[in-house]
Amino acid sequence: MSESARVFVSGNEAVALGVRLARPHVVAAYPITPQTVVVERLSDMVADGSLKTEYLHVESEHSALSACMGASVLGARTFTATSSQGLLYMAECLHYASGGRMPIVMMNANRSLALPWNIYNDQRDSLSLLDSGWLQVYVEDAQEALDMIIQGYAIAENPAVMTPIMVNLDGFVLTHTYELVDVPTAQSVDRFLPPYQTTNKLDLGAPKNMGFTATPADYTEFKYQQHRALLDSARVIEQTDEAYASAFGRSYGGLVQSYQAEDAELILVTLGSVNGTARVVVDGLRAEGRKVGLVRLRFLRPFPARELVALTRHARAVGVLEKNVSMGYEGTVFTHVNSAYSAETSAPHVLNFVAGLGGRDISRQDIISMFDQLASVDPTSERVRFVNLKLQII
Amino acid sequence: MSIDTKKAFGARDLSDREFFYGHKACAGCGGSVAVRLALKVLGERTFTVVPAGCMSAVGFIFPQLAFTSNAIISTFAGTASMLSGVSAAIRALGIKDAHAVGFAGDGATADIGIQALSGAIDRRDKIIYICYDNEAYMNTGVQKSGLTPLGARTTTTPATGGGSAARKKDMFEIVAAHGIDYAATASVGYVQDYINKVNKARTIEGTSYIHVLAPCPTGWGTEPDESIEIAKEAVDCGLWYLAEFENSDYRLNRKPKEFAPLEPFLKRQGRYRHLSASDIETIARYRDEKWRRIRRWDSQLNQDTHQDAPLASS
Amino acid sequence: MNQPKPQPFTRPTRLDDFPVGTCFSAGHLVETNASWRSATPKIDLERCTGCQLCYLLCPEGVIFKLKDSVGIDYDFCKGCGICARHCKAKAIQMIREGVR
Repeated sequence: MSESARVFVSGNEAVALGVRLARPHVVAAYPITPQTVVVERLSDMVADGSLKTEYLHVESEHSALSACMGASVLGARTFTATSSQGLLYMAECLHYASGGRMPIVMMNANRSLALPWNIYNDQRDSLSLLDSGWLQVYVEDAQEALDMIIQGYAIAENPAVMTPIMVNLDGFVLTHTYELVDVPTAQSVDRFLPPYQTTNKLDLGAPKNMGFTATPADYTEFKYQQHRALLDSARVIEQTDEAYASAFGRSYGGLVQSYQAEDAELILVTLGSVNGTARVVVDGLRAEGRKVGLVRLRFLRPFPARELVALTRHARAVGVLEKNVSMGYEGTVFTHVNSAYSAETSAPHVLNFVAGLGGRDISRQDIISMFDQLASVDPTSERVRFVNLKLQII
Repeated sequence: MSIDTKKAFGARDLSDREFFYGHKACAGCGGSVAVRLALKVLGERTFTVVPAGCMSAVGFIFPQLAFTSNAIISTFAGTASMLSGVSAAIRALGIKDAHAVGFAGDGATADIGIQALSGAIDRRDKIIYICYDNEAYMNTGVQKSGLTPLGARTTTTPATGGGSAARKKDMFEIVAAHGIDYAATASVGYVQDYINKVNKARTIEGTSYIHVLAPCPTGWGTEPDESIEIAKEAVDCGLWYLAEFENSDYRLNRKPKEFAPLEPFLKRQGRYRHLSASDIETIARYRDEKWRRIRRWDSQLNQDTHQDAPLASS
Repeated sequence: MNQPKPQPFTRPTRLDDFPVGTCFSAGHLVETNASWRSATPKIDLERCTGCQLCYLLCPEGVIFKLKDSVGIDYDFCKGCGICARHCKAKAIQMIREGVR
């Protein structure tokens, strides 16, 4: 175990500290609330010489990711950060980077999408881009944010993966909340994360043509190959978590993290920071003798279907709490969870709790209510439930 | 190989290697001339970025890959930003004596990619950005771009409506207004001048932008063997000009005493065949207006007279 | 002659044979462009002065330098005729394909 420093920092600052430890060659970013502190701290680090990187102050998010792609294809380690509208503005480049198998690490501050304008947290930005071919991890606190930036490079650059990764932090809730964070030493991170090596690059010694066209004769195979890499990344994510645990003493359980789920009859599936509140609720309800538990989906790509099914095997009802809705249908995470159960002979009742849109608070009482609804679920009741909808207005 | 940029850089100085070969561009493609020659000036230690467009569509169809040195297709809007990333990686990785060059068409430059280009110039990223201007979206079937000239017929500015009503953005002046390190206009009709300018760009410690007029026989309605000649005539009749911008000074490389007649130049191209005599007069008026501005910056900034660039073709 | 040549190519049959992402050997040619041609440039070596203007102007790069003249890689010449049009010595003739 290495000597580490304990600092009191925000989630954004924890990300910047993680980036510095990962020693990227090139950083390209554009400011957007609530990610701005990341780009500011990185600029400070470049200015004070503590981060040796080529920092490109680009004029848009599209250019931020495009510049990272240009650097990545020369074999450089790259970082960018964005949020919300910015993530959508670079959407074209998301597909491009994953199709080109460029192991870029990006932090995304989860924020709602206009219209109406709103700068606060929900997860509709990243969830709308699940199909972009990126690995997606949702962290619960600042420590996990720092750790996943470092692990992110190890996972993304693994030759079996070679896929970009999006590290999602709930906007404001995580990005702007100060917490005590363990910062590993540069030496120990250097041991854990060796420099990026690849032959999959433009190379003066062995010239390449990249980003080419594949006709209908080959396109499917390229996409299948990419699909396989994302499926195979599950193993790499778990191995990386284990290696990180032995190097730094912190493990997050890989694709999912459960809490009191083993014997739980009612399980809430969560994503990101709300899990902290939910854990407090579970402790309270457990004290009353109620068999409740949590499964936090850390990764949505690859989707941990097998792990989810195994962890909820004994549950009578499962609630999917997500700060998202795919309008005209249901929550996207809910759709994924149901799909995971569709291959099983028996499945729990599953309810969808759509909550926290545009930064609306999700209180302990809200979560208690979700468990109550799960306790009384019957097959005829409405499955998609908006939490705290102001019914007097409707 | 050290090159004296003061001397004309000719066929004998170019790399003997072909770096853009076996591509599927239309016969007589002016853009291909621009790409091929620039890569022969820059040599094998070059990273090429080409956005979605003609040159990527004709050069990168797996497994037929036409760039023999390092090259990648960028997003349509991302030529300059990807080049910035390439250039940053060249520095960060300590790669010596390497060039980052982009070849983007008129639409990719003046329309969808102008923002990223502006950002790169603002940062003074060490990139060479070459706009091969064929004056419309040719790859998608000849639609109007921001560089389609007045009166030109495209599939979105049909002859029945009089052709393009817009006058063609002046990208050279736009990039010069950024205080760019080096900018130039060129024409594949004056290849020697173009080669010299690319050779100049390779020595610039900052952003270079070269805007080269590159006829498209398919879109312009000309014969494949006319491309070089028509690109020369465009300069001679004053609808295009050869200039440089460096150290905040403009320099006109070719000062025509009088313009070659417009009508034969226009009428030999299918895209202008619908023009009436008064349409041609309007084009001439706009040309003259533009030249009053060009001559103003040229005479104000360059009291001395300078020689025309050496001309190779015809 | 410095021109690249088409390589024999077997389409990948296993997933591992596909390039990772979109990254493959630069300048990898598998087919020629000769079939595009409706007219073929023929060089009269007696007349050719070796000025190399055609070499400079060729959009395809199929013209290569010889000691005092030039040669043409007919595998990739599309027959655009730019070389013939600009040859000051009139040393290049475009001959219609199929015409003897």
